[in-house]
Amino acid sequence: MNPEDIKVCILRAGGTNCDAETQRAFQELGVQAQTLQISELVKHRNLLDYDVLVFPGGFSYGDYVRSGAIFARHLFAHLGKEMQSFIDKGRPILGICNGFQILVEYGLLPGFEGISPIPEATLTTNEPAGFKCKWVYLKQENQGKCVFTSAIPMGKTIRLPIAHGEGRLLFPKEKEDVLLKRLIDADMLVFRYCTKDGQSADGLYPTNPNGSFHDIAGICNREGNIFGLMPHPERALYWWKQPDWTRHNQMLQYGDGKLIFQSIIDKLTKH
Amino acid sequence: MKYAVKIEVSLKPGHSNPEGETTARLLVELGYSVEAVEVSKVYTVVLEASNMVEAEQKAQEMSKRLLVNPTKDDYTISVAEKK
Repeated sequence: MNPEDIKVCILRAGGTNCDAETQRAFQELGVQAQTLQISELVKHRNLLDYDVLVFPGGFSYGDYVRSGAIFARHLFAHLGKEMQSFIDKGRPILGICNGFQILVEYGLLPGFEGISPIPEATLTTNEPAGFKCKWVYLKQENQGKCVFTSAIPMGKTIRLPIAHGEGRLLFPKEKEDVLLKRLIDADMLVFRYCTKDGQSADGLYPTNPNGSFHDIAGICNREGNIFGLMPHPERALYWWKQPDWTRHNQMLQYGDGKLIFQSIIDKLTKH
Repeated sequence: MKYAVKIEVSLKPGHSNPEGETTARLLVELGYSVEAVEVSKVYTVVLEASNMVEAEQKAQEMSKRLLVNPTKDDYTISVAEKK
């Protein structure tokens, strides 16, 4: 597949944000990207015409009930069959911030046994409480299964911004340790919050900005084609989007966010 | 028959409660002697059902399919006739 043949669907609803930035990121790298309102996809388009599906950030449906819950159930009710076919074909799905919350609420992540009819985890209120909008460091800990991080060597530290009030990933308390082991054994752990030089956050604020279990910032499913992360790669695409750009004489053309988009394009073009 | 089904969703015991802790701190700042604040959400769903048992069954289903995330939430259901 050539990059220009790749079609990306960025699915939005009321309250979504950064869909335009996400579309721009894919287009910048030479692929076709289209932002669709969910009602438009339901009535006039076919999800299977697209090669990649992206749920952008934001506060879909006002975060009512729980962040991502209404979008997830709405999607299940109207496009459940198409979603199932899309997933059965192994096509990649990316969830950024609220998109990650949607994937968890849909039961696609972590997806230890495939799609779960009820959520297997939650992304809940930050601890300490409050909306956090800042740059964080992330360590890439995936050994190669995740299709959205293939351009980032394992162990590498990258820098991306976060902007969320509910990013604390939790598993059911009584199963935390067992599920963490499964996550690691199945190579589903992808990003963990860390210090600038890649040292573990050890659960401590502000390196871990939201109290997330095991400092987890991003996970993929057992097949590696569905990936969710709380930070926003699309907000770290260009060098001039980075917080310290005025302090450097010269920077690389792109920020670390590019690596997420480049990874999936590389995967699809080499397939 | 019309029923008002009350579904109260609260945090499971043992889960930290940043929203309640923040609220408690503020209430103390306002001069109240507050030990703790527990936060829960109440949905009152008005629905048609042939009897109370069916109304409760529907509420159970709604809770599992949308209103509750079993990772962190507990819930209780109470049913009353809607006049």
